[in-house]
Amino acid sequence: MSVIVEDPSVRTPLVLGGHTFESVSDAVCAPVEQKAPKWWIASFAVAVSLLSLMLAMLGKLVWTGVGVWGLNNPVMWGWDLVGFVFWVGIGHAGTLISAILFLFRQKWRTSINRFAEAMTIFAVMCAGIYIAFHVGRVWVAYYLFPIPNSMAMWVNFRSPLMWDVFAVSTYFTISLLFWYVGLIPDLATLRDRAVTKTRKIWYGIFAMGWRGANRHWQHYERAYLILAALSTPLVLSVHSIVSFDFAVSQLPGWHTTIFPPYFVAGAIFSGFAMVVTLMVIARKLFKLESFMTMHHLETMNKIILATGTMVGYAYGMEFFIAWYSGNPYEGFAFVNRAFGPYAWAYWTMISCNVIFPQLFWFKKIRRSIPAMFVISIIVNIGMWFERFVITATSLHRDFLPSSWFYYSPTWVEVCQFIGSFGLFLTFFLLFLKYLPAIAISEVKGVMPEADPHHHHGGVH
Amino acid sequence: MNSNQPIGLLAEFLSPAAVLKAAETLRDAGYRQFEVYSPFPIHGMDDAMGIKDSVLGWIVVTCGAIGLSSALLLQWWVSVVAYPIVTSGKPLFSFQAFVPICFELMVLLSGFGAVFGMFALNKLPQLYHPLFRKKSFLKVTSHGFFVSVDSDDPRYSQVETADLLRSIGSVGIETIED
Repeated sequence: MSVIVEDPSVRTPLVLGGHTFESVSDAVCAPVEQKAPKWWIASFAVAVSLLSLMLAMLGKLVWTGVGVWGLNNPVMWGWDLVGFVFWVGIGHAGTLISAILFLFRQKWRTSINRFAEAMTIFAVMCAGIYIAFHVGRVWVAYYLFPIPNSMAMWVNFRSPLMWDVFAVSTYFTISLLFWYVGLIPDLATLRDRAVTKTRKIWYGIFAMGWRGANRHWQHYERAYLILAALSTPLVLSVHSIVSFDFAVSQLPGWHTTIFPPYFVAGAIFSGFAMVVTLMVIARKLFKLESFMTMHHLETMNKIILATGTMVGYAYGMEFFIAWYSGNPYEGFAFVNRAFGPYAWAYWTMISCNVIFPQLFWFKKIRRSIPAMFVISIIVNIGMWFERFVITATSLHRDFLPSSWFYYSPTWVEVCQFIGSFGLFLTFFLLFLKYLPAIAISEVKGVMPEADPHHHHGGVH
Repeated sequence: MNSNQPIGLLAEFLSPAAVLKAAETLRDAGYRQFEVYSPFPIHGMDDAMGIKDSVLGWIVVTCGAIGLSSALLLQWWVSVVAYPIVTSGKPLFSFQAFVPICFELMVLLSGFGAVFGMFALNKLPQLYHPLFRKKSFLKVTSHGFFVSVDSDDPRYSQVETADLLRSIGSVGIETIED
């Protein structure tokens, strides 16, 4: 088959390398069962150091107060909110892959969904840290929940910030449950392959006594389908509600109806870029190339191209509406965004998010590992800048020119953000070492041999 | 516990097709108390075994309805009864603003219903099962396909059932002891 023109009537095989059911288990379980490689120990040490950096910064914040951050009077949201939206957005690709592509019967998702869902959970944890600590007095973060208290005080349910608390906590809980349900049959695989007592006990407990009975599979598959059907509107609602944090306020540059779809597209865009970045590394290090194939990477790059173009459209449409509305404040906010003191951030965002992903129109680039690795990182830098541009540029020149100010972060904010990658990577590395990175039972289910009407060696 | 009491037969098969055919044969022979085990769900097995559709959906709908109504009740009670404060000039019961949380709690409780309902229907966790004592059964989560026939089944006979399973291509038959 030519590399450039594929025959669309022939399905690209999802598992390469002539695997049998048994060799799939062997290949996926190998990283879990072998001793941790040197690179793993080295990266884990780096990740834990970064995590400690984040904890130290949070300690400083709690000890001293939010004054350690560079926030000032008009700019009361800075890297804290940028970090929150950045991380929660990254999480969305995992749910998209696990739920939406499942409903659309996109079978190629099976070898990457476990990986992407893990990314979702750890990214939402990073986002949750930001949400909890940005309130300033973290020891009263429970005020965010409607809990009866001695002050007879209750939360304001009309506030989008309140909606966000419910959206993010529901999202985290459902993602965790979805992930765990998917893991159960594979934990049972690890339990049955275990050679040490420790593994047998721990995987045994978490596998809950799964034994592959068809009556169990029946309820299991139904539960999985329902969770996918619930997660699909959930993931769309979560980033819509995150965008309401901005859009429901009456600030020029935030108060726009395009925000919910634009945030969702951006979230998927950044999340897929993160999946590509992580997958390019992991498939190489764990020799999982026959499951995470070039076909998978190329398909994801196409989604990055599509969502990147949507984001570019949203940038353009925001400007058009700012002009078309005839509202001088709205117009000013956008001209200031592109040509004001933060123009450097705006044009970084535009080039990273709108220009570079367009290279994926070329099949050669879509299928080149180094190119996609670089572009996926550029996209995530761009999406970080998008949140920064939205947050900082809309705030720093408010309605009263006498209060205009420029915001730049302090070293505490920068180190906390760098440290949040430590939290993410620590959990991700633990996941790669102790859990199957690929959904074993699902991959077996999409192999041609799994179809009871498949003819061994027969001609189709 | 008497370890010599036979409670059924365990028969191994080599492929999804073979185990599907075995299930159809057992169903047509009038067996009801039998189970198929496989490393992944096999398409068409529910029909082949003659088992009814999962009732999980009804559990989830019930949980979702509870989530939705309790979210609405909570927001109404807090905003109108317990802490009636006018914000942004909106009415105390401004249901439009309550929609997002109603939705989220509906999804949350439906999710609990789906996961814990599935556990309940499957009687999980069940950390001990007689089959776990079978060495050959270890491969069921990797590449093994099995059928077990329960001795409670009226059609069950230690010899004839084994013969039937062998005649439809089982490659190994064992007795399951309690």
